[in-house]
Amino acid sequence: MSIRGKIWKFGNDVDTDVIIPARYLNTSDPKELAHHCMEDADPDFTRKIRPGDVILAGKNFGCGSSREHAPIAIKGARVALVIAESFARIFYRNAFNIGLPILESAQAAAEIREGDDVEVDIETGVIVDHTTQKRYQAKPIPPFMRELLTAGGLVPYVRRQRQRAGGR
Amino acid sequence: MPMTMSEKILAAHCDRSHVKPGDLIEARLDFVFANDITAPMSIRVFKDAGGERVFDPQRVAMIPDHFVPNKDIPSAMQAKELRDFALAQKLPHYFEVGRMGIEHVLLPEQGLVLPGDVIIGADSHTCTYGALGAFATGVGSTDLGAALVTGKTWFRVPESMRFVYRGKRGAWIGGKDLILYTIGRIGVDGARYKAMEFTGPVIDRLPMSDRFTMSNMAIEAGAKVGLIAPDAITEAYVKSRAKRLYTFYRPDPDAAYEAVHEWDISGLEPQVACPHLPENVRGVSELRDIRIDQTVIGSCTNGRIEDLRIAASLLKGRKVAPHVRCIVIPGTPDVCRQALAEGLYQTFMDAEAVISTPSCGPCLGGYMGILAAGERAVSTTNRNFVGRMGHVQSEVYLASPAVAAASAVAGRIAHPDDVSSI
Repeated sequence: MSIRGKIWKFGNDVDTDVIIPARYLNTSDPKELAHHCMEDADPDFTRKIRPGDVILAGKNFGCGSSREHAPIAIKGARVALVIAESFARIFYRNAFNIGLPILESAQAAAEIREGDDVEVDIETGVIVDHTTQKRYQAKPIPPFMRELLTAGGLVPYVRRQRQRAGGR
Repeated sequence: MPMTMSEKILAAHCDRSHVKPGDLIEARLDFVFANDITAPMSIRVFKDAGGERVFDPQRVAMIPDHFVPNKDIPSAMQAKELRDFALAQKLPHYFEVGRMGIEHVLLPEQGLVLPGDVIIGADSHTCTYGALGAFATGVGSTDLGAALVTGKTWFRVPESMRFVYRGKRGAWIGGKDLILYTIGRIGVDGARYKAMEFTGPVIDRLPMSDRFTMSNMAIEAGAKVGLIAPDAITEAYVKSRAKRLYTFYRPDPDAAYEAVHEWDISGLEPQVACPHLPENVRGVSELRDIRIDQTVIGSCTNGRIEDLRIAASLLKGRKVAPHVRCIVIPGTPDVCRQALAEGLYQTFMDAEAVISTPSCGPCLGGYMGILAAGERAVSTTNRNFVGRMGHVQSEVYLASPAVAAASAVAGRIAHPDDVSSI
């Protein structure tokens, strides 16, 4: 799966309250959530981005609350991928569970600049910055997480397991 | 092969003699739950995954605590979705308003989460039950929805970090100060993906409510769990409450830890986390000039009766500063009843504080104390991110109930001694 888009850069420790403020958690409608994505960091974010763009951030992206509304808001805003130096634990799980691709690369997080045009192969983790002509290798996705992605998220994965077990 | 506490608990829940960090396991779950924000999505996942009946109704709780009593129409719709599901599934542990408390205060109090359990909750502060010696961690709605079907979930066995607290705990120093100090030292990702174990002579003598406060904020250091080995204090807390059998797991003395931090906390002053990260921790005396508009005393971090007693001891016979709102939120109906019986409601009312029904309310900027632009709060809650309690230009300082109560009286960030010596 290949992605090409523009980089929107954020700092370290981007928390889930910034990704989707709790005042909007009285709904779980992806469209409504997407409308407020990253609002407290950049009120114009959802107006500026184009489908297929990429969020780039520093360490510990998605820290704080377990709200799945956070990756759903990002995916709903049609951001194709999040690259960060590292991800907070619950956000990491949630992203795979709902099918939002995420990649870890400290070098890419440090060097790629806002507005750069990047092309990313999710399977191989190869990130090409067409603006600077530089190439980065993200950490490989662990085998079990790749299985989840292949199944299309946790729900189809569980459904398949139940069928195999001859579940009710 | 020696194991840490989390390794022992996880091994016992996947029928293996031992597990080691990095192992991917599927663990049996002793208890799972969700709240009014996370349950609606979990219920949809449950249905999508082909769920008809939850794996075991006795081991499931639905707790509408975040925006309940309903703050607006969409919140009412979410709470209804959860209520309808609980009714349809005949869940015995559904808590309606009047019985509802803040989940992480309520579940231990009701003896539904117990030592030795593996627990997931669709709320990040599920790690609170680490204080009981349970492997308890927060997950998203999809993981929770799948677990409602299967009664299991997968874990990567985390590396463990050991935190040893020595020395003499000062008069106003509680679990909140110890955990803020810890997060200040290691940072908001200092224990990312790891199991924290809180140990040492200070923890051995730490009351249960302070232990809950410490484990509650393990997530604020990025941890998966924050464990305290069960002992006589744990036993005294759980034995009259437990609704099931429970098991004490203690770490092996020669277990392998990725890191060991050992701190002498003698002379530590009350700790405050400044905006906008829980790691921006300073001693309270450095912050005495900061004027405030609001204090919140409550939440899953500090909404227990012991917390209210400390706050009341400082508010008794005094008044909240004229320009300050002091909002007290008891964690559960039992906490309300106890506070009423002990005369704490009278103390709070006389001090001109206001008392809310149990709710997460202002902690996450829901309702019941939202901050305006430029306003500042001292709060006993757990997060001080940008916009967490309201306007994006508001500020939250995290502190203990003692500091919050003293600050309410002083109208600025205050050391409890500033007030108690008046």
